[in-house]
Formats: sequence, structure tokens, C-alpha cells
Amino acid sequence: MKHDARGIAKVALTVVAASFLFGFAMVPIYRIACEHVLGIKLSGEAADASRVALMTVDESRTVTVEFVTGVNSKLPWDFKAENVRVSVHPGALTEVWFDATNNSTAAIVGNAVPSVAPNEASPYFNKTECFCFTEQTLQAGESRRMPVRFVVDPQLPKSTTTLTLSYTFYANELATRQLSLLSAPLDGIAKN
Amino acid sequence: MAHAAVHDTHDTHDHKPQGFLHRWLFTTNHKDIGTLYLVFALIMFFTGGSMAMIIRAELFEPGMQLVQPEFFNQMTTVHALVMIFGAVMPAFVGLGNWMIPLQIGAPDMALPRMNNWSFWILPFAFLLLLSTLFMPGAGPQGGWTLYPPLSLQGSNSIAFVILAIHMMGISSIMGAINIIATILNLRAPGLDLLKMPIFTWSWLITAFLLIAVMPVLAGAVTMLLTDKYFGTSFFNAAGGGDPVMFQHIFWFFGHPEVYIMILPAFGIVSEIIQTFSRKPLFGYQAMVYALASIAFLSFIVWAHHMFTVGMPLGGEIYFMYATMLIAIPTGVKVFNWVTTMWEGSLTFETPMLFAIAFVILFTIGGFSGLMLAIVPADFQYHDTYFVVAHFHYVLVTGAIFAIMAATYYWLPKWSGNMYSERWGKIHFWMSVISVNVLFFPQHFLGLAGMPRRIPDYNIAFADFNMISSIGGFWFGASQLLFVGVIVHAVYFSKNRATSKVWEAAKGLEWTVPSPAPHHTFSTPPVIDDSMLAHGDVSH
Ligand code: HEM
Ligand SMILES: [Cu+2]
Repeated sequence: MKHDARGIAKVALTVVAASFLFGFAMVPIYRIACEHVLGIKLSGEAADASRVALMTVDESRTVTVEFVTGVNSKLPWDFKAENVRVSVHPGALTEVWFDATNNSTAAIVGNAVPSVAPNEASPYFNKTECFCFTEQTLQAGESRRMPVRFVVDPQLPKSTTTLTLSYTFYANELATRQLSLLSAPLDGIAKN
Repeated sequence: MAHAAVHDTHDTHDHKPQGFLHRWLFTTNHKDIGTLYLVFALIMFFTGGSMAMIIRAELFEPGMQLVQPEFFNQMTTVHALVMIFGAVMPAFVGLGNWMIPLQIGAPDMALPRMNNWSFWILPFAFLLLLSTLFMPGAGPQGGWTLYPPLSLQGSNSIAFVILAIHMMGISSIMGAINIIATILNLRAPGLDLLKMPIFTWSWLITAFLLIAVMPVLAGAVTMLLTDKYFGTSFFNAAGGGDPVMFQHIFWFFGHPEVYIMILPAFGIVSEIIQTFSRKPLFGYQAMVYALASIAFLSFIVWAHHMFTVGMPLGGEIYFMYATMLIAIPTGVKVFNWVTTMWEGSLTFETPMLFAIAFVILFTIGGFSGLMLAIVPADFQYHDTYFVVAHFHYVLVTGAIFAIMAATYYWLPKWSGNMYSERWGKIHFWMSVISVNVLFFPQHFLGLAGMPRRIPDYNIAFADFNMISSIGGFWFGASQLLFVGVIVHAVYFSKNRATSKVWEAAKGLEWTVPSPAPHHTFSTPPVIDDSMLAHGDVSH
């Protein structure tokens, strides 16, 4: 006998275990590949303020920034950008406003997920202030005006003249459930 | 009598265990387990087939006639899962179980008890899967690819589907480990790797693919489960996850999976073509290396299934060219099959007819695959009936035709009787004509823009759908002939098979009597290179 069957089976089982783990390892690998190989910024985090402060305004160029808003079907909210598009100089800090209204009869927590297109340009789009950094809680019927401040990096390749920033608002079901659990006893006390 | 079970695992008499339970439920015999797998696959083929009949009946005319859209969607989803994991894969494992030990002169599989387990998990897995169709809130409706968020928006039956997929995965992983251990460990002395029959080779490579990618599918469906029930957000955009990532993980499994369903078919067809051409396989070693390079390439092309998700241009171009690269080793194989037939003394028994049809029709599927690999073209074709036509050419006239060819080729060895050549040929001609009536018009429907997975369609697509449905019913009915021919051969045929069965058959499986006794090669055969199809390494 060249090898023993159990030995082969053990090696094969190791391969099986390794590929099962590899399936999960694809989660961080995906992130790394997007951000470092393909240059797509996935994180919706705030831009580093000190880096943005160093950018100088390039008056010679204007870039169109468009805004797209969407609401996931499970979230009974209205959500709109006040301006559909703005023209900006790269390097200049710009403020735009978005409006959200909770049309339901209960308080709901929502999270907005941003995305920038074309995705190669996403690393050049810096948000210093955004409602998407945190959860937004809207009481029943409440409306809110929310600012977004951003700077387009002057290094943005010349070929890109238009950027699209899109937001999708999702219901944060877990946070909404916690909220209603927290408020339920309080309601009870208020009634007494 | 039923209790007079004879335990004779080590003697050379052909004593089978007596009694139904001992013979079938507790069996560790590779031939019995092979038979179980094949019968199971045939039952699943008809189960999945009846769902296909429902699909084609609803699509016979535009408008909603027979079923509710929700039910239609369950049919497309479960049809695919049953055919892939219940029919094609178990049929290949069954053929491997029966033939690999016979082809390499081994007494049995290397891990016989595990072999029993890998089969007996399957019926339970499929009971679980099929039971979801009767659950409140219905079965899975999101397609066999289980893309979130859609697949998680249905009822809780998805949890049962995921458990069933885990069980199928465990079964095929155990089957694959067994095949690897058998081939590496139990070859008769003198049977070097590069003298091995090509079917055994194709299974060795397939088994490696299986252990490498089935666990990735298990991981992907586990993440679906935790996303739905345990508050994780792997694929949930609201929680910072990414649904596109599911597609990457799924197709990292999915593309190798389609090759898992075709490599053993390549092996079968290579065996049959050399036998009925009465010539050794042209370029045996090239065939082995082509199998290995197809297997390797299958790991690096997965994103051709998701060209339209918005990948960066560099990614699209890479996956386009990598996919087209697979056409090269595939082309080598087609070229070698044709060259094996070239100037051979061909005869056209049923297995050979199926094998030739395989070469021609699989190649059509390969060409439509190449068209789909062209990124700008795929933007048009993606999720249309063109894709449906493509994968049914490679899977039905590819994988399934090869399984049928193998059945006709080895049935005399299994049963000891010749099947009816006349009815086998009728089955072949009915199948090969109807399958083209069924699937060829779907190319045109796809090019004209008919989307896949819909129960109703624009009247502009009416004529071709009706033709396709007629082909579908005809193909479905023709498969009853297949069962008829098998039942006749096993139970009624008076025409005894010789041990060689086919005039020019070569290889160890043809040195044992027909039907193959319950125990074969209890002592390893002494190998003379002239017995082997590829004993002479000069070709
Ligand atoms: C020359 C070889 C091949 C090429 C270039 C190729 C290419 C492709 C491409 C690009 C797609 C994606 C189409 C789309 O969704 O827009 C596809 C789908 C598919 N291919 Fe192939 N293919 C090849 C061979 C095969 C083989 C051998 C099989 C199976 C035996 C196969 C099975 C499938 C299946 C099942 C799908 C559809 C999966 C789904 O979306 O449900 N292909 N093929
Ligand atoms: Cu593929």
C-alpha cells in the first residue's frame, strides 16, 4: 500500500476545513480587494479633517455632483435631496441638505447607506459631515433637515466631470425594536 | 430465509447479504451503493422533470393559465436544485462508485462505511428540500442561486433549504474523499496514474474540485442563515454588508460546480468514443492535462456570472479573457474526440450515438458560453433565455447525455444482460430531436430579450415558447423509454452479455464476468499493459 486511506482522508478533511474557512475569509478579502486593489471606497466613514483642510481650491475646474435618494421598501419614510445637483470646485467645502419624513405612526430608526459612482472616483469624495455616519431616529410624523458637507479632492482625475452620490435609507430593525422596548414602559408610566 | 444473512465480506463466493435491509440499508459494497445512487438519481431526474413539465406548461402560451406566480417561482428554484444536487451529481457519484474500483482493480472503495453514509444522507436531504413545497408560506422562490436579499424575503422554509444543502454538501464531500482515497490508495500494482482509464482520471480531478468548493457553498449558505436569524449583516446593506459579496462567494463555488457536473462526462465520452472507434484515445496525456487545466481555470473565472453588478472595467476585462481561456483546453478535448473517431472503424451502438451527440451539442453550449463571456454582449444576454439555452445545452445534452451514454455502455456489465439496441436507439433519436426542439428556440427568445424565471411574457415571444414547450413534453415523454429499456434489460432481457460486452472494449472492468460478481478483485489483478486502454504510454 502506497498510503493509508485514513491518512488521505485526513488530508482531504483538512482541505475541506480550510475551504470552509476560506468562504468566510472572503468577507475581509472582498473588502481589501475593493479598497486596495480596485480603489473603491466602501466605508462610509467621515473623511480625515486634517487631510481635507490641506486641500486647496481649484478654481479652474468645476465638477457636477448629483444626488440620488432611495428608500428601502420596508421603511415608510420620504427622503429627498433639496437640490438634485450642484456644481463645485474641487477642494471647496460644500454643504447640501436632505429632508426625511417618517410617515408612520411609530418611531423608527433608519440608517442611510451611501455609494459614489463612478466607483473609481469614490476615494476622491470626502464627506466631513453626513447623516449616514449615525443612526437617525424619527418619531411618528417627524420631519428632519439633514446636512451633508463634502469636499471633492482636487486630485480627482480630469476625465471625471460628474460624480453621483446616492443614498438608500434602510430600516434598522434591531434598533427600532430596542427603541420600542425602551419606550413601552415609559408610555405606561406616562399614562398612569 | 430473511434472517439467514451471510456475512462474507472476505471470501470469494458471490454471496450477497440476504434481506432487504442488510442488502441495501447497511450495505458497504461499492456496486450496491453505486446502484442506490443511480436509482436515486433516476427518481430525482423524474421529480425535477415533472417540475420542468409544469414550467413548460405554464409557458406554453402567454398569460397566466395554470399556476400562481409564487408556485412557478418555486418550480424554477426547486427544479434546478433537484436536477443539480439530486440527479446529475448523484448519478456521477453512482457511476464512480460502480466503475472506479472495477477500472483500477480494487476490491471496493477505500472507506466503505463512509460510502454507505454518503448515500443514505441524500434521501433525507431531498425529503427535507421537497417538504418545503408543502410548508405554510411555501418553498424557496428566489432561484437556485439563492441571491439575497430576495432569497431571505420569503418564508422560514429557507432554513430547511439551507439545512438540506448542508446535507447534500456533506454527502458529496464524503463521496469525493472516498474517491480520492480509493484512487490514490487502491490501484492494482502496476497501474500508474498515467495509465489510469480516463473516466477514473476525470473523477479524481472532479473530487478535488468538490472538496475545494462544496465547503465554500456551505459557508455562503451559513452566512445567509445567520443574516436571516441571528442578526449578522454579511449581505445586508442596512447593516453595512454587501449583497454583491454573496454573488462573489456563491460563484466562487458555482463555476467550479458547473465543471464538477461536466468533467466526469468528459471522462465517460472519452471511454465510449475510443471503444466504438476501435482506436486508442487520441492524445491521452493531453486529455488528462486538459482536464487538470480546466479544473484549475474554473477557480479564476467566477465573476463572468455577474458582469452586470457594476464591477470596475479592469475586473470585467480580466474575467472576460480568463473565461475565454477555458475554451482552449475544452477545444483540445473536442479536437481529440474528433481525431479519435477520424479513420476509426466506427459503429453506432446507442452509447456511441449519445457520445457523438454529446460532442456536437456540448460544443454548441460551449459556443454560446463564449458569446456570454463577451462583456458587452452579456449586458444584453444576462438573465435572458439565452443563458437558459446555454446551460441546458451543456447540462442536458452535455452532462445528462453522458450519463445516459454511460448507462447504456455499462448496463450490460451491471446487469449481465444486453439492453434492447432497437429501443435504445429509439430513445436516443427521440431525445436528441426533442431536446433541440426544446432548447434551440430559447436562444432566439433570449436574443429577443425574453427574461428568465418569469411565468408570463410578452406575446411577441409566443411562437418560440410554444415550440419549446412541445419539445419539452416530447423530451419528457421520451425519458419513459429510458426507464423501459433499463427495466427490460435488467429483468426481462434474455440476451446475455459477455464479459467483454463490446468488441473493442479495453480495461480491467471488462475482464470480470457480466454481471460483475458481488466481490471483484479480492486479490489484485496482475496487470499486463495490453489489457489497459492506455497501457502503451507512447500514445
Ligand atoms: C466554454 C465554456 C463555457 C463558457 C465560456 C461559459 C460561460 C458562461 C457565462 C459567461 C455565463 C453567465 C451568463 C449570464 O448569466 O449572463 C454562464 C452561465 C452558466 N453556465 Fe456556462 N460557460 C461554459 C461552459 C459551461 C459548462 C461546461 C457548464 C455546465 C456543465 C456551464 C453551466 C452554466 C450554468 C448552469 C450557467 C447559468 C447559471 C445561472 O445563472 O443559473 N457552462 N456560462
Ligand atoms: Cu461559469
